[in-house]
Amino acid sequence: MTTLSVEDLAAKVPDGAQIALPPDYSGCALAAVRALIRRGVKDLRVVGVPQLGFQADLLIGAGCVASLEAAAVSLGEQGLAPRFTAAVRAGGLALKDSTCPAIHAGLQAAEKGIPFIPLRGILGSDLLKHRGDWRVIDNPYGPGGPGGEGDPIVLLPAIRPDVALFHAAKADRDGNVWIGIRRELMLMAHAAATSLVTVERIVEEDLLADDETAAGTIPALYIEAIAPAERGAWPVGLRGHYGADRAHLAHYVEEAASEEGFARYLREHVTGREAA
Amino acid sequence: MAVKLETLLIATLADMLDGLGHVAVGAASPIPGAAALLARARGGGRPRVSVLASERHNPFTDGGRELFDCAAQGRIDAFFLGGVQIDGAANINLVGVGGYPRTRARFPGCFGSAYLYHLVPRVILFRQEHSARTLVPRVEFVSAAGSSPAHHYRPGGPHALVTGRCVFAFERARGRFRLQSLHPGETLESLREATGFDFDVADDLQETPAPDAATLALIEGPVAEAVAETYPAFAQRVFGAKHAA
Repeated sequence: MTTLSVEDLAAKVPDGAQIALPPDYSGCALAAVRALIRRGVKDLRVVGVPQLGFQADLLIGAGCVASLEAAAVSLGEQGLAPRFTAAVRAGGLALKDSTCPAIHAGLQAAEKGIPFIPLRGILGSDLLKHRGDWRVIDNPYGPGGPGGEGDPIVLLPAIRPDVALFHAAKADRDGNVWIGIRRELMLMAHAAATSLVTVERIVEEDLLADDETAAGTIPALYIEAIAPAERGAWPVGLRGHYGADRAHLAHYVEEAASEEGFARYLREHVTGREAA
Repeated sequence: MAVKLETLLIATLADMLDGLGHVAVGAASPIPGAAALLARARGGGRPRVSVLASERHNPFTDGGRELFDCAAQGRIDAFFLGGVQIDGAANINLVGVGGYPRTRARFPGCFGSAYLYHLVPRVILFRQEHSARTLVPRVEFVSAAGSSPAHHYRPGGPHALVTGRCVFAFERARGRFRLQSLHPGETLESLREATGFDFDVADDLQETPAPDAATLALIEGPVAEAVAETYPAFAQRVFGAKHAA
């Protein structure tokens, strides 16, 4: 597999794409997200697997997002996601609020190539009122209640993103990507039509040759392109490699509290320095 | 000497976990996380504890979905949920206040609540801020419903609500909270004033008991150390600098 530059990798995400992104604790391709913003990507339909943090706040603030499906958007210990909350208040986002297992299950349906999947729970939640694409049926395998009340269960449509974008520790020359224990990245790659991946480094060994690495490796058949990006998850962390840059995230939260501050942040950290 | 409120809360929550098989704790939950680790420390390794935000205390190896699949199979006995708002029927709101979808004060979102509330037998609600703003007559958005019609499949549900002022038990048959104990300094009157919903009062209403010396030693020793891995800022604030990561 040929490797691309981060900018060329980001160029493969079309405007209007449904794009699956991981949460801050998994593998976030922040270098590629900054490249997307520099490119001026528009109308992304973002799916959080299952929740989102810093990268979603950046994309929303930069005006790249048309709709958002996620179980939550938060900066964790740093607090609320400022550009997300501002966009919700302004009504500038088409929201598809969800719950963590519903996102996982929708992606699992896509993995299997089936159109929908049932999931327990959710009944009685206002999510059901606002999710016109979710249905409630009577469990066709249930015993049937004595009063004919049955066993209601929620059905969710498959979620098949156009593209999954994430960051991982390493890939080999064939394009196999090692994600270790972060198996929601495996789920994303299986479910999405294609995956774009940035990695800390390209290694010479075949990751599929040894079971110790193969078990945590996404085979290249799911991967469209790879770009090397050292510290590509910064300022969030990459498990086993580096932690989140808490001071930088705190600085972001301060700046992103206002539109002017957010614009300044973009100039300083996204469109300015790195674009050169 | 009076114990710190955080210490009292950790001990109180831990008392609800003793003897269980498996307790899971979600993100951004240092006090519930500490309570689970305390219950494990004094139970000789039981309950099994899965702290999702931790690298060391999270056993799952199959991605974000595994916790939820485990819960639906009945492999998780207790979980903690909070809420921007909690009402007297134990409905919880994690979405925000002031309309939907254009919400004036938007919070992160439902996370796994809409699901886990139905499937985990003992869901403990924890919200340290106890005010008429957080404990309301009716939540504005039901992220997860406190109760369900009898024919719904629902092995799980609310067990108790612990706040910075008191402990409520939840009576599922009545769909209401019952005040069980008041933290030191609170009275029934002060509590009614701070609570936006109506509740029952236990006949044997008491003061929330302070942890004994052995429990205190565990909290300030091994529990504080384990908590510092996942919640360094919390550990430093509550237990002091020696536990800062």
